[in-house]
Amino acid sequence: MQGRVPSPVGERSVFETPERVVRRLEPSSSSLTPLQYLQGVVTPADLHFERHHGGIPNIDPERYELLIHGMVERPTVFRLADLKRFPAESRLRFLECSGNGGSAYQSQGRRVDMSPQDMDGLTSTSEWTGVPLKLLFREVGALPEATWFLAEGMDAAVMTRSIPMDKAWDDAIVAYGQNGEPLRPEQGYPARLFLPGWEGNSSVKWLRRLELSDRPFMTREETSKYTDPLPGGKARMFSFTMDAKSLITFPTFPERLDGPGWWEIRGIAWTGRGRITRVEISTDGGTSWEDAELQEPVLPKCHVRFRKLWNWNGRAATLMSRATDETGYVQPTREELHRARGSYTRYHFNQIRPWRVERDGRVFFAG
Amino acid sequence: MPGLLNAAELEALADARRRGLEAANHWPEFAFGNPADEERIAAWDIDIGPDGVGLPPGRGSVERGETLYRLQCVQCHGLRGEGAEFEALAGRAPGDAFRFAEDRSTPITVGSYWPYATTLFDYIRRAMPQAAPGTLPPDDVYALTAFVLHLNDLLEPGETLDAASLTAIVMPSRDRFVRDDRRGGPEVR
Ligand code: HEC
Repeated sequence: MQGRVPSPVGERSVFETPERVVRRLEPSSSSLTPLQYLQGVVTPADLHFERHHGGIPNIDPERYELLIHGMVERPTVFRLADLKRFPAESRLRFLECSGNGGSAYQSQGRRVDMSPQDMDGLTSTSEWTGVPLKLLFREVGALPEATWFLAEGMDAAVMTRSIPMDKAWDDAIVAYGQNGEPLRPEQGYPARLFLPGWEGNSSVKWLRRLELSDRPFMTREETSKYTDPLPGGKARMFSFTMDAKSLITFPTFPERLDGPGWWEIRGIAWTGRGRITRVEISTDGGTSWEDAELQEPVLPKCHVRFRKLWNWNGRAATLMSRATDETGYVQPTREELHRARGSYTRYHFNQIRPWRVERDGRVFFAG
Repeated sequence: MPGLLNAAELEALADARRRGLEAANHWPEFAFGNPADEERIAAWDIDIGPDGVGLPPGRGSVERGETLYRLQCVQCHGLRGEGAEFEALAGRAPGDAFRFAEDRSTPITVGSYWPYATTLFDYIRRAMPQAAPGTLPPDDVYALTAFVLHLNDLLEPGETLDAASLTAIVMPSRDRFVRDDRRGGPEVR
């Protein structure tokens, strides 16, 4: 029998139906990437996680404009065509919401029926293409007195964040491409700020304005939200960098291993501080650790795939992964993070995630 | 205010700028884009700084704010800002204790948590009411800001807010906020 003829746009096999989990049907809501479904490091664009505060706007690329003003010599408006005409760069980089993993941290072991997607689905990796912000800032003549800039979106929330200027001079880009095509509407079409390694909220989507200043703006998203209460009556603000984290994606809930023998433990690791240098696996609840294999290429500020063969003897076991990054930072246990941040801190939950494999092969989160 | 750079940070930034410009200067000057005039900037430049920069002329009283609030905000935030379908806007901790890392009993609200009152004006004007953001005139935003502050015992009945009085308000939690001190390396912070 002859198969289907070629088509202008391809589709997944009818046997494959991965889905984002949608948190709530509201403009201020999110959806989660099915991490346990993915292989390698790239997240298909239609499965990239979402988090927005005023719904997804519909922006005509012909009418799109980016305004750069404030402490600059030449306030300038760029059309999308202008942005695309500049020299471009493409980089594989992760993006993670700093609220990711909060339910696992705060449930304190009480919730066992969580999949990697339910728990940590607010992270994805894409190849992002755009124009380096340092080039745009040179073009407009950024003044040496500028220490911060405001990034503002054109969604209903007109979301704003203050960003330290050194990120602009380093690796920030204004992105318009994602995995080889224009950004998805959910990811900021037609253009967004992209700050590699930093909490997702600061990579403002549907970007309309950058204002350079000599102090932060203290917007709602960097005061009421995205600040980290600490023990001792303080809260950390401008905590942009995502610390090293790893996560087993197989075997995990709701998977069931159908018998003892060889299984490949798989997962992803990432850090906002450069490269992951090591991922270790424990199959005995953290008593002993062995190195997992990191799949090349190991890119900075990007998900890295790790693998470790495991010969399961059929007895109950607790699996864990632990990442180390190039600064020497080691992914902490939940207890270590509790000591540093308290039980109810609100963001940056990078503690080790344990999984319990029962004798019958069922797997549960063991928090 | 966290975010003002000290001498060492300024020096590090000057270095980062030098390196960034050096990299950018490998490219020619392109001069793409069009100059933005004052009018163009004013149409979009709606942000308010913690020093009050950007606050428009206008004023609004607690009482007028209450009237507006009952019409436009109550269904989502509750009659006294206690929260309804959406988040609470009012509530203070006893003695303004700031124990949010250890204890979940105090809700995070404007009164218990927000460091700057100017943020309230900025956020209400840009994002609220949720179904019609960006439609409130400055007098209404001052009035609503006044009423939400009143719900948090930060403004008395009969008081009126304008640019100067809003900027002068010191929030209970202003000095609770510190810059990020995580730097990588072996220590968990
Ligand atoms: C249809 C429901 C709705 C209405 C009506 C509404 N809000 Fe909101 N409000 C929200 C939601 C939802 C959020 C949270 C948005 C987010 O996080 O992105 C919010 C957030 C806020 C916040 C920030 C709270 C915090 O702790 O960060 C303030 C302040 C606020 N609203 C004030 C108002 C005022 C004043 C009005 C009336 C003019 C109003 N809202 C009307 C739904 C509403």
